[in-house]
Amino acid sequence: MAAEAKTEPIATRHAYGDALAELGELHEDVVALDADLAVSTQSIKFGKRFPERFFNVGAAEANMMSIACGLAATGKVPYCSTFAIFAAGRAYDQVRLGIAHNELKIRVGASHGGVSLGEDGASHQMIEDIALMRAMPRMTVVVPADYNQAYRATLESYEREEPMYMRFGRPATPIVYEDIPESLGGGVEVLREGKDISLIATGHMVWRAMEAAESLEHEDGVEAEVLNVSIIKPVHSETILESLSKTGVAVTAEEHRVVGGLADAVRQLAAEQHPVPIFAVGMGDEFGLSGTGEACMEHFGLTARGIADRAREALVLKPIVSRPPLFGPEWT
Amino acid sequence: MGSAASLADVRHLRPVPDSKPPPKLAERAEAKPSIAELERWATVLRLDCVRMLAVAKSGHLDSSLSAADVVAALYYRVLRHDTESPEWPARDRFVLCKGHAAPIQYAALAQHGYFPLEDLMGLRQIGAQLQGHPDMRRTPGVEVSTGSLGQGLSMCVGICLALRLDGLDDAAQVFGLLSDGDCQEGQTWEAATAAVHFGVNNLTAIVDYNHLQTDGTTEDVMDIGDVRAKFEAFGWDAIEIDGHDMQQVIEALERSRTLRRPAAIVAQTKKGKGVSSMEDRFGFHGKPPSPEQAAEALEELTARLDQQTKALQEAGSGDGPGGQA
Repeated sequence: MAAEAKTEPIATRHAYGDALAELGELHEDVVALDADLAVSTQSIKFGKRFPERFFNVGAAEANMMSIACGLAATGKVPYCSTFAIFAAGRAYDQVRLGIAHNELKIRVGASHGGVSLGEDGASHQMIEDIALMRAMPRMTVVVPADYNQAYRATLESYEREEPMYMRFGRPATPIVYEDIPESLGGGVEVLREGKDISLIATGHMVWRAMEAAESLEHEDGVEAEVLNVSIIKPVHSETILESLSKTGVAVTAEEHRVVGGLADAVRQLAAEQHPVPIFAVGMGDEFGLSGTGEACMEHFGLTARGIADRAREALVLKPIVSRPPLFGPEWT
Repeated sequence: MGSAASLADVRHLRPVPDSKPPPKLAERAEAKPSIAELERWATVLRLDCVRMLAVAKSGHLDSSLSAADVVAALYYRVLRHDTESPEWPARDRFVLCKGHAAPIQYAALAQHGYFPLEDLMGLRQIGAQLQGHPDMRRTPGVEVSTGSLGQGLSMCVGICLALRLDGLDDAAQVFGLLSDGDCQEGQTWEAATAAVHFGVNNLTAIVDYNHLQTDGTTEDVMDIGDVRAKFEAFGWDAIEIDGHDMQQVIEALERSRTLRRPAAIVAQTKKGKGVSSMEDRFGFHGKPPSPEQAAEALEELTARLDQQTKALQEAGSGDGPGGQA
């Protein structure tokens, strides 16, 4: 009963909801919790099919995370769904002690990550969740690029044991993967090969990075390599280092602060093992604001053009001579 | 049971629903300790706490002492648990929501053989298993890690819901021990709301209401008032007892098991109970006893233990009291 791959734009949160319902069919020990956002997060699909295993705690996210801790300590596999702002922000301490510290098999399904949720504005636009969850010991951080990858990421999450934070988005976004991938693998994948510059993107910025690569090729004759980082922590160092050693310069792209997220993950890795210029596309020292999702992305330069322009700046600083990377330990 | 690794190995396996108590437990149920014996056990646990804190030179002694009678009642009489099979799916659960009182739970666990008594002296020391606050990954017998106030009762609700899914909610009761500080945290009341909404029927919350916290009396710092009435208003069965009257403690705990709805027991207690120099006095929260204070406390508690032992022997109670004191 594997779902069919989508071809038209659709939100990653729908993949989470669809795959969660399938996990419910496949595994009796899967339980789902939500905090009065079941339609938005799409956990409602699980809730309708398995009402006895679905717990809507109302607007009480802290309670939800700690209840999940109790459920997991008693043999269940809880999936906790709410907006990223509440999952990583409001309930940080509950996620930290009850889930990460206890190394429990709990998945936080955080939807509406970033500014692309649009109209609700700054109070709801979570732009530092990846930084918070990356800094949290024992927590794995997953940000899928499109519906098809998000579907696989959710299904695959059951097969892993470690605590996991998974970020999904609100708006319909273009499809990057033609089929539902067989696995997330190491969580870093080269989607397009190129020799001149690495565009390292995550989540909603991946399809934009692909577009940026197109425009760099047509307008500048630059061959950009595009990497999709779907597991930001622990980040699979080897694929990134191989790309950096080939291109010698990179631009990261994320719908998140440039502090603590993908940009820092790549920069930390590069600084120790293969120092090259790395430019970042992301949110500066500022909060989001109201507007349509696409208008918000435009406002903050989180676009294909934004990535391409940054790449042009970066290419100026590209070192003439490169050396092989050191290939040290994996970065966590 | 032993290393953290072996714990991790079994945690994620689905429990096999089995509501029959293991044989050892059945044997033990025959010999229910009397009130006098339980009072003596509470003294044993208090002695352990003073020793642990004197060696560790760190921790919350007075918060542990106020809970000693409730913890003794639970571990020695009320809880259906078995050291031989600590992962037995139908066991009762105990969650120390007020995680800072960890020494009193550690003492009870060690006295029951979950780990060697000598380990108590490693409290709060680097490389030892007994952390400052209970850690389910390091200490056998600890169901969930606690220490951040307000989270414990929610964790209890989660355990109750999982037991219900496994068909074990009739067999296993979940006991959470809260502090007055827990009741200042908003999350406790989120959990209280959820317990009733989800129809949880095997949860007992005991509030160790000792009226003293880090910065002063609860009345001065942030008065939580009539906690019993608050739980009642949230739809719980709620009673108030003297938390140092063993008869009342036992009756309240055993009654809560029969209720089949969330039950709150507000135990009026005294911080530092059992050590006269500390009892009901402000200024000891989170402060270990000085060597002099510890010596004085040990003297007082040892004298009480001797007295209790003697009284039990004179009353000719069975095989006589056990326990290494």
